[in-house]
Amino acid sequence: MAMLDRTARSVLLGELLSGMALTLRYMFRPKVTLNYPYEKGALSPRFRGEHALRRYPNGEERCIACKLCEAICPALAITIEAEPRADGSRRTTRYDIDMTKCIYCGYCQEACPVDAIVEGPNFEFAAETREELFYNKDKLMANGDRWEQEIAQNIALDAPYR
Amino acid sequence: MPTLTINGKEIEVPHGITVLQACELAGFEIPRFCYHERLSVAGNCRMCLVEMERAPKPIASCAMPVGDGMVIRTDSDKVRKARKGVMEFLLINHPLDCPICDQGGECDLQDQAMAYGYDSSRYEENKRAVSEKYMGPLIKTIMTRCIHCTRCVRFATEIGGVEEIGLIGRGEHAEISTLEKAINSELSGNLVDVCPVGALTNAPYAFSARPWELRKTLSVDVLDAVGSNIRVDARGREVMRVLPRLHEDVNEEWISDKTRQAVDGLHYRRLDRPYVRGADGKLKPASWNQAFEAIATKLKGLDGKKIAAIAGDLCDTESMLALKDFMQSLGSPNLDCRQDGAKLGGGARAEYLFNTGIAGIEQADAILLVGTNPRWEAAMANARIRKRFLQAAPPIGLIGQPVDLTYPTQHLGDGPQVLAELAEGKGAFFEVLKRAERPMIVLGSGAVARPDGAAVVAAARKLAEAVGAAGPQAPEGWNGYNLLQRAASRVGGLDLGFLPGEGGRDLEGILAGAESGEVEAVWLLGADELDMVRLGEAFVVYQGHHGDRGAHRADVILPGAAYTEKNGTYVNTEGRVQLGRLAAFPPGEAREDWTILRALSERVGETLPYDSLGELRARLVQLNPVFAALDTREPAAWEPFGTSGPLEAAPFDLPVENFYMTCPISRASKTMAACTEAFVAAPASVAAE
Repeated sequence: MAMLDRTARSVLLGELLSGMALTLRYMFRPKVTLNYPYEKGALSPRFRGEHALRRYPNGEERCIACKLCEAICPALAITIEAEPRADGSRRTTRYDIDMTKCIYCGYCQEACPVDAIVEGPNFEFAAETREELFYNKDKLMANGDRWEQEIAQNIALDAPYR
Repeated sequence: MPTLTINGKEIEVPHGITVLQACELAGFEIPRFCYHERLSVAGNCRMCLVEMERAPKPIASCAMPVGDGMVIRTDSDKVRKARKGVMEFLLINHPLDCPICDQGGECDLQDQAMAYGYDSSRYEENKRAVSEKYMGPLIKTIMTRCIHCTRCVRFATEIGGVEEIGLIGRGEHAEISTLEKAINSELSGNLVDVCPVGALTNAPYAFSARPWELRKTLSVDVLDAVGSNIRVDARGREVMRVLPRLHEDVNEEWISDKTRQAVDGLHYRRLDRPYVRGADGKLKPASWNQAFEAIATKLKGLDGKKIAAIAGDLCDTESMLALKDFMQSLGSPNLDCRQDGAKLGGGARAEYLFNTGIAGIEQADAILLVGTNPRWEAAMANARIRKRFLQAAPPIGLIGQPVDLTYPTQHLGDGPQVLAELAEGKGAFFEVLKRAERPMIVLGSGAVARPDGAAVVAAARKLAEAVGAAGPQAPEGWNGYNLLQRAASRVGGLDLGFLPGEGGRDLEGILAGAESGEVEAVWLLGADELDMVRLGEAFVVYQGHHGDRGAHRADVILPGAAYTEKNGTYVNTEGRVQLGRLAAFPPGEAREDWTILRALSERVGETLPYDSLGELRARLVQLNPVFAALDTREPAAWEPFGTSGPLEAAPFDLPVENFYMTCPISRASKTMAACTEAFVAAPASVAAE
């Protein structure tokens, strides 16, 4: 009896039809793929993307050259040099991140006492040469200026969980 | 001896110490801010509270003398709670600016707040702010951070000997205040070290590095002859700062401002490649090969008697030995390491040593200073004399220029005649010295760098023997005859005999010979304190690290390493052999000095017989066994020295006109230039006001 059943299924293409039925069912379901780069998925406020150095609303740079990010960086990707600025405040003269070394662990933004270095929501910073990934202070400050709105929003959204 | 029970451990301690010290002896650490081993007890931070049985309240252990049968607990709940309370009070007005504070990472308050602080503050009122005070170019003040431990006040008053810092106001209005001028002490940099928080920080070092990124090298200082033990902190290839290292017999835990702050001179005016003077009379950058070629061409076939070498003040003994051997292989007897023309060396070692030892000053009960300003020539030795003055106030006589030494002195006169009269037993001070059990005579290096220097030495020796400071009448183990050197290389140079050989010329002879053309080639090993005009037409090779006077005159410049850039042996004024260590590499093409001489010797065909520092040091020990014993002070035998002769009437001059600029390194330092302006140039303008 079992043999008859099996033979009937193969002759009548039972597996094929059930497979096609599954395919047909999925055709009417919502798609999980995105048409990148025209479509993009949602990012968590905690997403750790490209680094940025932020400013205060009055335009003053936040970074105070405490070097805690440099100290905590497990990949030794951050290099900082500091000296007193003309007004006597403590500022960096050099703030470099080697993005090829960075492992995007987010420790730098955890260590930062003034929320100056952050990993923003941008993940599309692929470059054609290595050198373009050696970020200096200007690049990081420019990132901060460009992404400030998103970064501030993300920090505000994540604040209740800290 | 009282017996205490500390945390259940019974311990017998010396009489008269405090509970805090007893706890340390028993191996229990007590947190503290105001207490400092070398300062008087203030007892105002209250961090050192411990519990004592039968006492109603916790006691401040730093101010409580030990008593027999005391039962102390240092780790009970009550103690912890009391310390937590104290810490909370200290943090009420302390700003939360550790990230921008230079003390961050090496701060006593930060460390102890980790152990005793609450995680958040209950204080909701406004914190107080205190205006900054001016303390000179070396100290940056952020007085809001001050916790009023008064260590700085006590340091300035007791050790520095300048009463220029004080605490004014009470309670919340208490402030550390100054006289609104730079702290006029050559030890003021130590205020930064004693400050347990970031209220006083190192101004030239401000914001430049964090303690955790510094590479620490234990070394010795060469900017004076004391040989202070230091720690050189370097970041990458750059020396960032110098801190004192504890050495009870030399510098205790202090260093002078020059030692601490002149290191920025290591970044400026450096010789980082060889230079050769071209046909047009201008120095041109050259390769090592070209420089060696120029020297080899000049030295080829030149009679040894026409070659001379002078060693400077900062040289390590290894490079002096290499130069000495090199000169000998060229047949030159014209060597001198006494750049200042001192009439010393060649005979007994006791002649040129500080025989009493710096720690020995603390046993002296009468001191005679001759032609010296120890405050500027050897600041740490002067601090010891002041310490002795505070302990027992021995009579201190001074022959020479009257100077403020931070302790009272009797000015006996200003010329060698006064010394000669004392040596003959005339004068009241002779009786003072004679009555003293352990008298000390300190002869300045300037007093012997005169034409009658040998006679001055002889007179001082005669006086030392007459008053029982040295020789057969002196107490066992006491030698009160001292020569206070001021150049780090001098004792080492004299020990290895960097002196005129048979028929050789001394400094004066070399200069005269160069002027007249009898000496045709002069090798300057870091020698800058000479009258370069007197070198005349001679071919001058300058081997050193800074583009200073010697380099300007040179025909060939060989770039060497500064003291933080080489492993070298130095002998301090006491005759203590100490090692300086490499903390950062020399800039550019500069090399360690002995290797330069070794390479050149091969080029001229007189290869020196050592290929490594170890072999060179073995040769050093073979030449003079004193170099074998590191960091010990061998008493020098009391043998005859000095040549009595007529003394000149001219008063003793002070060789150091400006404490802050005495060598190529300090002359290149911006910080030292700022100090010169604040302390040496300014007093005249202040007086005019």
